[in-house]
Amino acid sequence: MPLWAKTGKTMGAVTVTNLTKTYEKGSVTALDDVSFRVEAGELFGLIGPDGAGKSTLFRILTTLLTADRGTAGVDGFDVVKDYRKIRNTVGYMPGRFSLYQDLTVEENLNFFATLFGTTIRENYHLVKDIYEQIEPFKDRRAGKLSGGMKQKLALCCALIHKPTVLFLDEPTTGVDVVSRREFWTMLNRLKEQGITILVSTPYMDEAVLCERIALIQTGRILSIDTPDAIVRGYPDRLFAARTDDLPRALADLRANPSVRSTYAFGEYLHLAFRQNDTENVSGLSRYLAEKGHSGIEIKPVTPTIEDRFIDLMTRETTPS
Amino acid sequence: MKQLLVFIRKEFYHVFRDRRTLLILFGLPTAQILLFGYALSSEVRNINLGVVDFAKDPASQQIVSRVQSSRYFNLKEAIPTYDAMQRAFRENRIRAALIIPAGFNGDLRHTNRAQVQVIADASDPNAATTITNYLTGIIGDYQRELNATAALPYRIGTETRMLYNPDLNGSLNFIPGVLALILMIVCTTLTSVSVVREKELGTMEVLLVSPFRPILVLIAKATPYLVLSLLDFTLILLLAVFVLDVPVRGSLLLLFAESALFIVCCLSLGLMISNVTASQQVAMLASMMGMMLPTLLFTGFLFPLENMPLPLQWISRVVPARWYYLIVKAIMLKGLGFAAVWKETAVLVGMALALLGVSLRNFKIRLA
Repeated sequence: MPLWAKTGKTMGAVTVTNLTKTYEKGSVTALDDVSFRVEAGELFGLIGPDGAGKSTLFRILTTLLTADRGTAGVDGFDVVKDYRKIRNTVGYMPGRFSLYQDLTVEENLNFFATLFGTTIRENYHLVKDIYEQIEPFKDRRAGKLSGGMKQKLALCCALIHKPTVLFLDEPTTGVDVVSRREFWTMLNRLKEQGITILVSTPYMDEAVLCERIALIQTGRILSIDTPDAIVRGYPDRLFAARTDDLPRALADLRANPSVRSTYAFGEYLHLAFRQNDTENVSGLSRYLAEKGHSGIEIKPVTPTIEDRFIDLMTRETTPS
Repeated sequence: MKQLLVFIRKEFYHVFRDRRTLLILFGLPTAQILLFGYALSSEVRNINLGVVDFAKDPASQQIVSRVQSSRYFNLKEAIPTYDAMQRAFRENRIRAALIIPAGFNGDLRHTNRAQVQVIADASDPNAATTITNYLTGIIGDYQRELNATAALPYRIGTETRMLYNPDLNGSLNFIPGVLALILMIVCTTLTSVSVVREKELGTMEVLLVSPFRPILVLIAKATPYLVLSLLDFTLILLLAVFVLDVPVRGSLLLLFAESALFIVCCLSLGLMISNVTASQQVAMLASMMGMMLPTLLFTGFLFPLENMPLPLQWISRVVPARWYYLIVKAIMLKGLGFAAVWKETAVLVGMALALLGVSLRNFKIRLA
């Protein structure tokens, strides 16, 4: 049981109730009646493409913006009324690299530690794993670090005051694959220390690394659940198809009345049929062959979060 | 408190690690003072002078030979007539003329009074003033020498005419103006840019989501520039005194105190600009155009305020630099004490308080 989880029922929890936020005098809706709850000690992911409203939500939760309607609480404090209290306890890593490029690694960490009224030594155990990796470069200016190292330093700076809730806005955007994987390992270790973590990412493959995720699109939450449950929610049988001419195949499949939806997915086209029918696959093979395709391959595949996301998204935009 | 100190130290790091900021801080004042100092230098040499001597008597020749031996003048030629003189002016062969009327010696010996006329090309008003001053001085010397042995005092009247620009812009005392200008640029621009940089780079987001009070951000931002501006002020003063030979006649302490007040005024302005701008470029432009131009135009050090239309004169009253300029002129050049500048000081105090109040009040505790 983490120390700060015992002290209060709502400690570490984040509650969002009917949040709506618009920009430019209401013409652009960033958040549309969003509600959810994050339990203390949870690793919660907000998954959605650019412009889905993730950063806006984070900024409201970190008291940087105020919502048009709705309420939100962090650690049991209201984000508007008790903004000072929230600022004392949370850790926030903005989407853009937000450290001082002209200060060295050590100076940055020192500055943020002091700003939060603590010292590096006091909370070194929290950042040790991460800081050890960038320590060889502690005298290097932050602006001269690689993308992955910048992220590690930013995480250290957001962690150094032992926050109850950690808000990470797209921490892995623009970071190489290896560093991304490392980063998620670190997040899981932090979670074990009892820190509630809210992380946003546009990468669907990172979603499975969270305990629970919210799929968000154009300011609306499409689904909230564990990654497994979200994948299980995929309603149809999913197939992957390919031919030697993918772009033309995509057009041809879209023209076929038995196909409900199809979209490019890596080297394949993912597709779902309108009706589950054993004749579907052979029928479609014939159809593609008639259209003059060669190298036709159609096989069943397990849906991923991305498939579910696309599925939810199309339902959202084309009400049946 | 420790937070504030660490924050201020961080600001100093920013300044000392940015070559551009350092250049603005220390290169700009040096360049400006030296440029203004030498470009607008009151010392004029090798002036081409035409002498129109209608008298050609012992007294007139004595004056001419004195002028000739001065290191300031090149005696071009003897000019026989007014027309010839005017041609010489038009053709830029001479910048000044000394006219001695017929019967100069006779007038001087018999009536103890005589007249000479000095005409200067005042299209460069500063040089013209200097030239006429030199000539008047030489003639005055001559007069004093005559009087040393004379029973009755001789009097040689010098009538001065400024060609092309009869109402001279009289002030040569640009140092106070440059002081005001540089402090304005350094304080206002650098402060606003340094705050806006935090917004632009996104570090402001992190600063806001911390226990550090937003007001302290402003104080921490302004402090280094207050210190550096005072350093700048010292640098300008040293350059003025030791390179340009401008005297500081009044109290140095008072001058420092008044400058500190003006600096606070400028810093507040900078903070105010930073509150309403979101990018470094806009902040820079706002400070430069919004502050530098009015400072140049409305302090009275380039263009005399008395000649301006009334509405412009009113505008000049809200320009802090105008009051500071008056204060510095009074203390530095006239050697006056606080009693002479208390009104201007009061205006500056009022402005500083108002600006500081507005900038602190408008500081945003959130992003939008």
